[in-house]
Amino acid sequence: MNRIVGSLVVLSLAACGGEGGSRALIQNKGSDTLVNVAQGWAEEYAQVDPSIVVAVTGGGSGTGISALINGSVDIANSSREMKPGEISLARNNGVTPKQMVVGYDALAVFIHPDNPAESFTFAQLAAIYGEDGSVDSWSQLGISVPGCDSDEIVRVSRQNSSGTYVYFKEAILGERDFKLGSRDMAGSSEVVELVENTPCAIGYSGLAYATEHVKMPCLSTDDEGDCVAPSVAAAIDFSYPVARPLFMYTNGEPQGAVKKYLDWILGDEGQCLLQSKGYAPAREVACS
Amino acid sequence: MTPTDMSRPADISTRQPDSAPHRARDDADRRGFDWYVDKAVQLIVFVGGISAIIFIFGIFIFVTREGVGFLFEGFDLVEFFTSPRWMPTSSSNPTYGAAALILGTASVTGLAMIVAVPFSLGAAVYIGEFATGRSRETLKVLVELLAAIPSVVWGFIGLSIMNSLIVRIFDVPVGLNVLNAGIILGLMAAPIMTTIAEDALRAVPDTYREAAEAMGATRWQVVWRVVLPASKNGLMAAVLLGVGRGFGETMAVLMATGHSINIPDSIFDSVRALTATIAAELGETAVGSEHYRALFTLGIFLFIITFLINLTADLVVRGTGDR
Repeated sequence: MNRIVGSLVVLSLAACGGEGGSRALIQNKGSDTLVNVAQGWAEEYAQVDPSIVVAVTGGGSGTGISALINGSVDIANSSREMKPGEISLARNNGVTPKQMVVGYDALAVFIHPDNPAESFTFAQLAAIYGEDGSVDSWSQLGISVPGCDSDEIVRVSRQNSSGTYVYFKEAILGERDFKLGSRDMAGSSEVVELVENTPCAIGYSGLAYATEHVKMPCLSTDDEGDCVAPSVAAAIDFSYPVARPLFMYTNGEPQGAVKKYLDWILGDEGQCLLQSKGYAPAREVACS
Repeated sequence: MTPTDMSRPADISTRQPDSAPHRARDDADRRGFDWYVDKAVQLIVFVGGISAIIFIFGIFIFVTREGVGFLFEGFDLVEFFTSPRWMPTSSSNPTYGAAALILGTASVTGLAMIVAVPFSLGAAVYIGEFATGRSRETLKVLVELLAAIPSVVWGFIGLSIMNSLIVRIFDVPVGLNVLNAGIILGLMAAPIMTTIAEDALRAVPDTYREAAEAMGATRWQVVWRVVLPASKNGLMAAVLLGVGRGFGETMAVLMATGHSINIPDSIFDSVRALTATIAAELGETAVGSEHYRALFTLGIFLFIITFLINLTADLVVRGTGDR
């Protein structure tokens, strides 16, 4: 759905771009996590400076980065850092990637609203999701979930190339792999939707995709640590243990229209818009 | 009939023999604008005619070029076909076992055929042998309409309607499984199979039916003892093309299977299909990486399977032609 909307925005922007010859067009592509915000920025910026048109497309962090490497976009959005291999590939193509943190995303764990669980430790999550983890049923955690007669924990995850998957794996499982047999959804909103409809399910995704039909238990790094519920505020002050930076990459130091646009994104207006979409801003900012 | 209507056929028949060679001679002499148009159209039609071959080879070369590096370097044939562990992004131990994916695709396609074969052959027999006049034409149009429903719509039906139905009826935790995808895929493949099967039934000469009826056979006996045996190769081809469709279908399967790496031991297990794996992972994979090339290796495997199925179907149909 996001991608469809994205391409419509691109089409309409491209159509506008054709009318005024003096307009500068910025191509912006990448992470599906960031695509909603990126579109919000592009639409908002069209009012701020009509001489610059930003075309936003999703497709995933990897897609954006490879487009930057090929030189077909001005800004690549990514929910993960560029890998060393990608950076050297870019260098060979004469592209010098310049990294910029534009915000933070709290990764929330979702369960069905009927599930009585209130908190999870990292160790519990690792036992549920990790390859040699021993927990396969809710009763092993001392939880009985109404509506989940089979007692089986239905693990909902993401496809293995998504930035969200990689970050969750690094944060919770470290070097270990995911247990096979999880339902691997193609997008964050699909994860939330499946958890909404499945009492036995547990899933994870960016906080921005949460709906009122899922419950978000608090997370703690160990048994003694504070249990922190996911929220934008908790991501801003870094008390929430699984918050990840979101990046934009440009080829070399941003210049001209791209620089103006990125400066605006990091300014108060851009950062407040990011916060209103459910992400944590890159720096402290006072929004109305 | 008006006088002009009467005169038209006679007119054509008298003019045709001498005018056609006359025009050809004229064109060869002058090589005017028309001659070039003629040649250009010939070229376009020729390119159109062989385009399928060009595309097939183009795709095959592209897929092979992207995947072949992996086939020679990191590829472990035994692991590929026996291990269920598809873990291309593991930091410690990346493995490329496709056994669960192959079984996932096979189980969904198998169930889809169990759903689709009775539906499509039944529909083809009814449309081809029993329905007449307007009801027959309406049915044919509707079947073709059914074939035109985009697969993402089918996937959506699987994800939203079928999912909750299966959860409610069978009391399983998640309704995204082999059963869901098999039913969806069966309904998707049925219209195409119906159309091909109906063509096969129509290819049976009417003289067969007339001969059978002359011997006192009932309508049903004609169909069961004469038409079906006579068209069995064509029907077989329809089923095989349905299997090919099942193997290649992506979007609906991605949405309805649950997309979970799992060797299924019941129809209520979530599985993951080969095509869905490529669709879900390729977009975010670094171009040229081992994972990227491994996905293309899956593509080569799929290409070979569907090619073999379609080839078999074609050979089976040829079998009817010889008789």
